Amino acid sequence: MKYDIILAGVGGQGILSIAFVIDNAALEQGLNFKQAEVHGMSQRGGAVQSHLRLSDGQIYSDLIPLGEADMILSVEPLETLRYFSYLRPDGAVVSSTSPYKNIPDYPELEDVLREIKRAPLSVLIDSEKLAKQAGSVKAQNMVMLGAASLFLPLKEENLKKYIQVLFEKRGEQIVKVNLKAFDLGREAAASGKK
Amino acid sequence: MNKMVLLGDEAVALAAVHAGLSAAYSYPGTPASEIMEYLIKISGGSQKFVAKWCVNEKVACEEALGVSFAGKRAMVSFKHVGLNVAADPFINSAITGANGGLVVVVADDPGMHSSQDEQDSRYYADFARILCLEPTGHQEAYDMTREAFDLSEKFNLPVLIRLVTRLAHSRSSVEVRPAREQNRGEAYGNWQDWTLLPSNARRRFKLLLDRQKDLKEYAEETRFNHLSLNPNNKKLGVVVTGIAYNYFKEIAARLPEEPSYLKVSTYPFPEKKLLQLIDQVEEILIIEEGYPFLERFIRGVTGIPGKKIRGKMDGTLPPSGELTPDLVAEALGVPVKPGLKVESLKLANRPPQLCVGCPHADTFKALKEALKDFSRANVFSDIGCYTLGALPPYNAIQTCVCMGASVSMAKGGAEAGIYPSVAVIGDSTFAHSGITPLLDAVYSNTDMTVIILDNGTVAMTGAQPSFGTGEPLDRIVAGLGASPEHIKVIIPLPKHHEENVRVIKEELAYHGLSVIIARRECIQILGAKKRS
Repeated sequence: MKYDIILAGVGGQGILSIAFVIDNAALEQGLNFKQAEVHGMSQRGGAVQSHLRLSDGQIYSDLIPLGEADMILSVEPLETLRYFSYLRPDGAVVSSTSPYKNIPDYPELEDVLREIKRAPLSVLIDSEKLAKQAGSVKAQNMVMLGAASLFLPLKEENLKKYIQVLFEKRGEQIVKVNLKAFDLGREAAASGKK
Repeated sequence: MNKMVLLGDEAVALAAVHAGLSAAYSYPGTPASEIMEYLIKISGGSQKFVAKWCVNEKVACEEALGVSFAGKRAMVSFKHVGLNVAADPFINSAITGANGGLVVVVADDPGMHSSQDEQDSRYYADFARILCLEPTGHQEAYDMTREAFDLSEKFNLPVLIRLVTRLAHSRSSVEVRPAREQNRGEAYGNWQDWTLLPSNARRRFKLLLDRQKDLKEYAEETRFNHLSLNPNNKKLGVVVTGIAYNYFKEIAARLPEEPSYLKVSTYPFPEKKLLQLIDQVEEILIIEEGYPFLERFIRGVTGIPGKKIRGKMDGTLPPSGELTPDLVAEALGVPVKPGLKVESLKLANRPPQLCVGCPHADTFKALKEALKDFSRANVFSDIGCYTLGALPPYNAIQTCVCMGASVSMAKGGAEAGIYPSVAVIGDSTFAHSGITPLLDAVYSNTDMTVIILDNGTVAMTGAQPSFGTGEPLDRIVAGLGASPEHIKVIIPLPKHHEENVRVIKEELAYHGLSVIIARRECIQILGAKKRS
């Protein structure tokens, strides 16, 4: 078994928090993982991605080869498209529809979403709305992780366990908000799938 | 079995602690910063050791050398260009030799994710004539770092560990082993070895040269250099170094028959193993992350008669940038998978940018306005978040070369007739390498204006402490001898814009050295303080 994920978004959206939860849930299930991430200059408000590979066998490359990703999991729609060439023909796209417009030439959202829907399996989530519903607009990353959790080879309880671990230093309320965001994302993806 | 989730950087840090580290020093720089971040985080535990940020890499390297002299184990870590700053103590530490184990960890940045060049630190190890270890993955990063300290003491030489961005900033699980005790540090270094008067240095250098055969022997026998001969494939032999090995193994699984290969992770490279590989095959492919370091050795001037050699130098692989599994696939003749294409849309780039509310933005705005009537002005700048001031919408700076160069280049520029000649440098970069050139400018009373952006932190790399910020910074500048009437402090906020423009204009008009300190805390730090 192997499962390769491209995580995408904009610096500050919490891509690495998603990675933390998946990494640890994978380890909990005895899976191997490698996760290449972006730091430093490339992080400030710019495009951010992380290659996250899960396998029950040995993983050599830290980077996913083109056309090999089982999933693109993106907290921002334009960023979803940036990594299309990594997706395998039967791969899944789990993407937010909430644009992060910090550039002057951001394309029409409609055009972006139309392109995303060209993927054979796309799950589009209004992460901003659901995160607000959960209690914080900052929880969009956990909304998207919840949506992706339907497809990941990881147990829901393990993912939730590490959401707890990740946020517990910031207090119970923050943990609750993020778990709620996860649930709302998961529900939205489940109803969209039907 | 104790498995931990670690960044490549963290695997190195933890291994050093488990190897009996007594002290570690560093200056922040991507992709090496997380080594010291992690050491500081865990330094409060049962294994007490020193873990400190230093004012610059040269100082860090020399402090580590002092620890080694005292007989204890020391590590110094920085990014590749940091080794340029530390080159003097680094090269000479190979002459003094190491007393306590001395490990120099250098994180290269192929592809220049966050750097101004992609220099390959293996050349530095070769230059200094010491061992270079180049881990391929997290476990090897841990195991090699532990061994590096033993090797340093065994050969009485510093050992260089070369990381690259992809390993430094990749996370995986690592199996860790129980920690070794620290050295007691009973015997200091011998003064005749450590006092590099020419008479001593000549003797030490000869010892270093004599030691080369021991290093070569080690490189032949170490498990980190591994030769795999496949008798069913006599056509192609592959030489892979460092993390190129990972891409090779990933892609070779798609070939009907795995080529014979030599994995090189320890230098000087294993010549005998290499000759064994060459003997067996018709064609050699060399895959390296970085410069064609081994390829140049292997090709020599005349090549190998009867054998074809491929690599970066003949265009089989790109001569610059980071390797990817797909580039390696092409080199091995494995088709790259097409993936999905975006058809009807141009993907706008999203470059990094200054945060909303960043003090640098306000300083740039004021500076631009103050300079708008000068057609021949130039703003020399430096390394930090503010380098983003080169991009729209600011377009405010015209140079960024290396730490501290803004001040020295502004002086040279002024002496070549540039007016106004302005230097823009951050507080930590100033402490790192801006103080000495400012002293130079004070001495000449050069007609230039130095603007120190004092945001109180090393922001770009994740908010490490700055050594020259706030009131102490004012005293440093005054202490260097800058004229008190031409040291000004401004607060870069929109509400002070008019006032700031006026101050800058006044100092530009003064035909001598002015220093303007633009002081406002980094908004990331401010935000973090508010949250906690």
